[in-house]
Amino acid sequence: MQKLLQLPVNAVNIVKGVQGVTQGQEEALSPVLTPDSGPQNWYSAVQPEELRHLRSGGTGGGGWGRGHDDLKEMLDSNKDSLKLEAMKRIVAMIARGKNASDLFPAVVKNVACKNIEVKKLVYVYLVRYAEEQQDLALLSISTFQRGLKDPNQLIRASALRVLSSIRVTIIVPIMMLAIKEAASDMSPYVRKTAAHAIPKLHSLDPEQKDQLIEVIEKLLADKTTLVAGSVVMAFEEVCPDRIDLIHKNYRKLCNLLIDVEEWGQVVIINMLTRYARTQFLNPNINESLLEENSEKAFYASDDEEEEDKKAEPATLAKRKPYVMDPDHRLLLRNTKPLLQSRNAAVVMAVAQLYFHLAPKAEVGIIAKALVRLMRSHSEVQYVVLQNVATMSIKRRGMFEPYLKSFYIRSTDPTQIKVLKLEVLTNLANETNISTILREFQTYIKSMDKDFVAASIQAIGRCATNIGEVRDTCLNGLVQLLSNRDELVVAESVVVIKKLLQMQPEQHSDIIKHMAKLIDNIQVPMARASILWLIGEYCEHVPKIAPDVLRKMAKSFTNEEDIVKLQIINLAAKLYLTNSKQSKLLTQYVLNLAKYDQNYDIRDRARFIRQLIVPTDKSGALSKYAKKLFLALKPAPVLESPFKDRDHFQLGSLSHLLNAKAAGYQELPNWPESAPDPSVRNVEIPDWSKCSSRKDRKEKKVEKPFYSDSEGESGPTESADSGNCESDSGSGSASASGSDESGSGSESEESGEETESDEEEEDEEEEKKKRKKLDKTKAKKQAEESAERCTIHTIHQISCIINFDQFDMNKITSVFSQTLAPSGSIKMYELLHRIKGEGLAVEYCFSRQPFSPEPNMVAVQIQFTNNTNSETKNLHIEDPRLQSGMRIREFAEIDVLAAGESVTVVMGIDFCDSTQAANFQLCTHTRKFFVSIQPPVGELMTPAFLTENDFKKEQGKLMGMNEILEKLTLGEKCVNEHVIVERVTATANLSRVPCGSDKECRFAGKTVSSGCLVLVTVTTKEGGGAQLTVNCEKMLIGTMLVKDILQALSQ
Amino acid sequence: MPVLDITLKDNALIMIHSLFLINNAGDLFLEKHWKSVISRSVCDYFFEAREKAVEPDNVPPVIRTPHHYLINIYREKIFFVSVIQTEVPPLFVIEFLHRVAETFQDYFGECSESTIKDNVVIVYELLEEMLDNGFPLATESNILKELIRPPTILRSMVNTITGSSNVGETLPTGQLSTIPWRRAGVKYTNNEAYFDVVEEIDAILDKSGTTVFAEIQGVIDACVKLSGMPDLTLSFMNPRLLDDVSFHPCVRYKRWESERVISFVPPDGNFQLMSYHISAQNLVAIPVYVKQNISFFETGSSGRLDITVGPKQTMGKTVEGLVVTVHMPKVVLSANLNATQGTYNYDPVTKILVWDIGKLNPQKLPNLKGSLSLQSGAPKPEENPSLNIDLKIQQLAISGLKVNRLDMYGEKYKPFKGVKYVTKAGKFQVRT
Repeated sequence: MQKLLQLPVNAVNIVKGVQGVTQGQEEALSPVLTPDSGPQNWYSAVQPEELRHLRSGGTGGGGWGRGHDDLKEMLDSNKDSLKLEAMKRIVAMIARGKNASDLFPAVVKNVACKNIEVKKLVYVYLVRYAEEQQDLALLSISTFQRGLKDPNQLIRASALRVLSSIRVTIIVPIMMLAIKEAASDMSPYVRKTAAHAIPKLHSLDPEQKDQLIEVIEKLLADKTTLVAGSVVMAFEEVCPDRIDLIHKNYRKLCNLLIDVEEWGQVVIINMLTRYARTQFLNPNINESLLEENSEKAFYASDDEEEEDKKAEPATLAKRKPYVMDPDHRLLLRNTKPLLQSRNAAVVMAVAQLYFHLAPKAEVGIIAKALVRLMRSHSEVQYVVLQNVATMSIKRRGMFEPYLKSFYIRSTDPTQIKVLKLEVLTNLANETNISTILREFQTYIKSMDKDFVAASIQAIGRCATNIGEVRDTCLNGLVQLLSNRDELVVAESVVVIKKLLQMQPEQHSDIIKHMAKLIDNIQVPMARASILWLIGEYCEHVPKIAPDVLRKMAKSFTNEEDIVKLQIINLAAKLYLTNSKQSKLLTQYVLNLAKYDQNYDIRDRARFIRQLIVPTDKSGALSKYAKKLFLALKPAPVLESPFKDRDHFQLGSLSHLLNAKAAGYQELPNWPESAPDPSVRNVEIPDWSKCSSRKDRKEKKVEKPFYSDSEGESGPTESADSGNCESDSGSGSASASGSDESGSGSESEESGEETESDEEEEDEEEEKKKRKKLDKTKAKKQAEESAERCTIHTIHQISCIINFDQFDMNKITSVFSQTLAPSGSIKMYELLHRIKGEGLAVEYCFSRQPFSPEPNMVAVQIQFTNNTNSETKNLHIEDPRLQSGMRIREFAEIDVLAAGESVTVVMGIDFCDSTQAANFQLCTHTRKFFVSIQPPVGELMTPAFLTENDFKKEQGKLMGMNEILEKLTLGEKCVNEHVIVERVTATANLSRVPCGSDKECRFAGKTVSSGCLVLVTVTTKEGGGAQLTVNCEKMLIGTMLVKDILQALSQ
Repeated sequence: MPVLDITLKDNALIMIHSLFLINNAGDLFLEKHWKSVISRSVCDYFFEAREKAVEPDNVPPVIRTPHHYLINIYREKIFFVSVIQTEVPPLFVIEFLHRVAETFQDYFGECSESTIKDNVVIVYELLEEMLDNGFPLATESNILKELIRPPTILRSMVNTITGSSNVGETLPTGQLSTIPWRRAGVKYTNNEAYFDVVEEIDAILDKSGTTVFAEIQGVIDACVKLSGMPDLTLSFMNPRLLDDVSFHPCVRYKRWESERVISFVPPDGNFQLMSYHISAQNLVAIPVYVKQNISFFETGSSGRLDITVGPKQTMGKTVEGLVVTVHMPKVVLSANLNATQGTYNYDPVTKILVWDIGKLNPQKLPNLKGSLSLQSGAPKPEENPSLNIDLKIQQLAISGLKVNRLDMYGEKYKPFKGVKYVTKAGKFQVRT
């Protein structure tokens, strides 16, 4: 920043030139400003000590003028210390909300000050007042424009930041230019700043939107974690509806997510939630159908119901089983670890993502994390509890195990208590109700009366929802009627009234008891409730009711309005049922009401009189008066205020307020059929940038017949088809998929077999070429980038094909070249055709991750039917395995026609041992005992490490875990490439970039337990070499050493 | 009340528009705007809610006004009131405000009105760096400290004399690296790494002493002063104990998931490495028992109080810092008690009885006994006060969690390592 300070010498000159003018302006300005000045002595104070003691209420002292002169003088002085002091005081003024705008000219020229702190404070001032003093603010622009060109990235960034914060419309073009330039800056930090500047410019001039969207599109493609959060924030603010911009970046965002800074994570997760709602199918679509009948009351939300209705005809036809889009799965998987974040906002964001997007069975994992947040600050608790309350209505089972975490402490703030109570009530069911009621009983004794009232209501709700406990609750509540605290009694009355409405016949004694209470209870709501009850059920208490009316008639004039209305109601009902005793009383009450102050009451009295007292004028309605007044009223439904709140995106402000906040983006409903998933496919990163592409091309020229077409077009193509398949997702997809993939890989393999001789030669040629290339080019760099490129590609590809092993085969065969340069995968015989009576079975370790269970080794099995009849029902039976080992069988092959071959993939968890897996291979007629024994090198998968990581990991695996072996290289092991090839052929490892050309490094992980396996081959002069293997599993290490030794010394 | 809304014209989405700091007495003593200025009259809505809530912690964290939303937190007797105009996850703002308060605490030793007023310029600079256009920018303490140096007595003296600044002279590079929480080029002569395992017992015991609910909330606070870029691995003897964990962003989730070790490149200085949660009730030992009898008589406006505290499951360690707090019903005027150990104090205004016992002696159990006098004529209170217990046990993590070892990679020197265990009572309540 020092540099930035030194820059604008002529900016100062400009200011000096203008100064004369500005001073004139200022004089004109100050009288206007004077009136709203607050504590003036603030400004005249020189001692920082004094500043401190000033309070906003301080009374005025010395004049404005003098203080300002002081400050201006200080700002004009040559001493940085004085300038700094002045700026500090000015900032203090701003902080306290005082107007300091008239100092603008004096301050702005210090934008070129050399002192970094003065400069910073000037920035603070500038950003605050530029809007009001646009012309003068322009003077500072050149400083920032120059800063934008500085070689130091931090200066470029800070210049852009301040420039974009100055809200002056004239500079919009400058800002636009600066943002565009910064968006393609080398430094990710500057690009991040550019992303931050986008919303600023957008709010300043919304007409720039289209241009800004272009910049956003560009920045969205950025691959650094630093930029990701900021650009998504810009996206959300400028063009949240342009969901099409996200497609191509979706997978990248998912993969970067864990490394993005926490605030960015929140923004990205919220955006991806919305995205997923538009692009994927509802994972619960089938379950919600099943539930519709049985548990609709609890679970089905509005939108689901609607959807179900629409879906119903479709179900009647034939429902396809739901298959989750791999991209949908990717999002769920990559957000899950963030539940462990220390940042409550991130945890909440993931929780809402799971709530809105995950299959029902998986939503449960968020409960634990949310319960953890309850330990946080009370504000966090408040927000989390609101969301838990909504969730607990829809997915009650999720929080049931954590019931006790919602128990209330007397020290909780009332608002937290009430929310916890809400959650407890939502969680109540037949099994836990007794515990909950016992807990509620202690709450009723609390000193916090609002909370007690809420507890009583909660008991009432439990009683209505769970029939078994209704009587217990009612009895408990009746006991509360004798409570000393009137509020408690009143609340109980209100709740009892609601409960009684459900079964009034059985409880006339309670009604009688309550009738007695009317003498003592003063709370209007409670009185009104009692009167209503008596009126409604006056037939159950025929003797008491008229007496109550008599008492009430006496006190009518002193009652609250709601009580008066209920008195009128009571009178009317009694008149209709027992006119003999109550006729006069009713007349009296109605007369009182006729002259009441409140027009509602006068109105009601008039209306009722017309209805119930038959006169000549009264119309036909009075005949039905009894039916009108004493109609059976449905019992009130006591339901949670959080019901159906989940139509708002959880965790949002709108959800909290239960009202749409400005700028709220509605969470879209799931689409009925998934949009084209291929839009998310990304072009495979440009091969031309890495050396392997060159190799490929050369190779292609030499051997146009060998796998070239697949090599080039394979990834994108097969990825497409893969996704389509998973979407159509029919039950038979797996079978047909396996067929396809079988033929695909088969053709390739057969090609390999026949051409294996040629291949060796070709490879040698290729090596020579490569060697030349390496020598001419900066070898190390090229290799490194190649490595990275490969990793990247694989990463992306594996995203595309995730969870669909059949696609995996097709695609990954393409990569076998990059991964294992040897290209040829060794086939082993499982069943000879003679022994198998015409059925030949071969297997190989395809070296692809076995996606259904990542800790299994994928074994590719090829069946060839050499007979002239069909073989049916090929499947595995009776596996006999060492303890811990597991097999994942391939789907049964229904028919294998004569002369045909088919390839399937099965997974075996060898538990990182070379023990054989024995099982029976069955056809419709025969069973064959077979066994698969893996070479140690196949028990691992490549791990991608950087040179540093490798060294670090190696450092951890010293001593017992390290095995050193000297060897003499075989005749053919003339160069590095042969070594690489031999090692990768022996073991499924990946190459680790290395600075020295005497060393080759490889890394892998054991499939089952994920232990690192590190291999180093150091070549020495004269064909000698040293092999180092570092692995925590010593047995694996030893065996691997043996195998590699053999491979290298051949 | 009308709000002078000068910002209506720009309806741009922005997360945090403005921040107001308000003390307990309702004085607004600092304001900061990240965009155009919003009149402080918007705070009137807050004051209204504040008045309604009676207790400061009952102020709703989100308040709706006609044009804005106010999201506030209450910390260290200061309300941090932020002004929001559009939809934003409330937790996002709340979490950020707490981060601001923590940063102040980190910088000034405490986060109080007076320290904020004293350091108003640094506060302003910090707020400027932490939010850009309302969106969090640099919230990591390590980076902030590179940008703006925290005040020290020495520096403030030097500054007043020489007029030099507290702004970093060199440009921070932390923001640029992939590990934004650590600054580059850290150097110490004594390399040391200390870890404090602090466990708090949250429990509710009922009248008879049975545990209604108990869990352990643990944190591991670290003070790491190591040169260079150390890569640390912390492993536990019994990681399976940890039921639910959350980590500082520096911790590698993957390694925890696969190997149950905490692998991380630490920030420089003090930070909270992780927090955890042990909810299995059978694992939670309750270190003390409380025998209590608080009763009020029907007549005579008086009551009796008798509390005895004794050790229960202390794992052979001494219980220290034992304090019993009782929130008495409003009608209790005074208490005439006798404590066999420690001192008691009854505040008739807040109705809080505090009995500071100190160290618990298992041979001679502390007892507090005596009479309470009630407001005459008032009915006997129906509610029973609950007891809150505070205690401390040194050298013990009550869950039994033990750090196995700390390994360092990436640097050559041998650091000095240390682990300390402490158990405290968290929200430990005994119902009566």
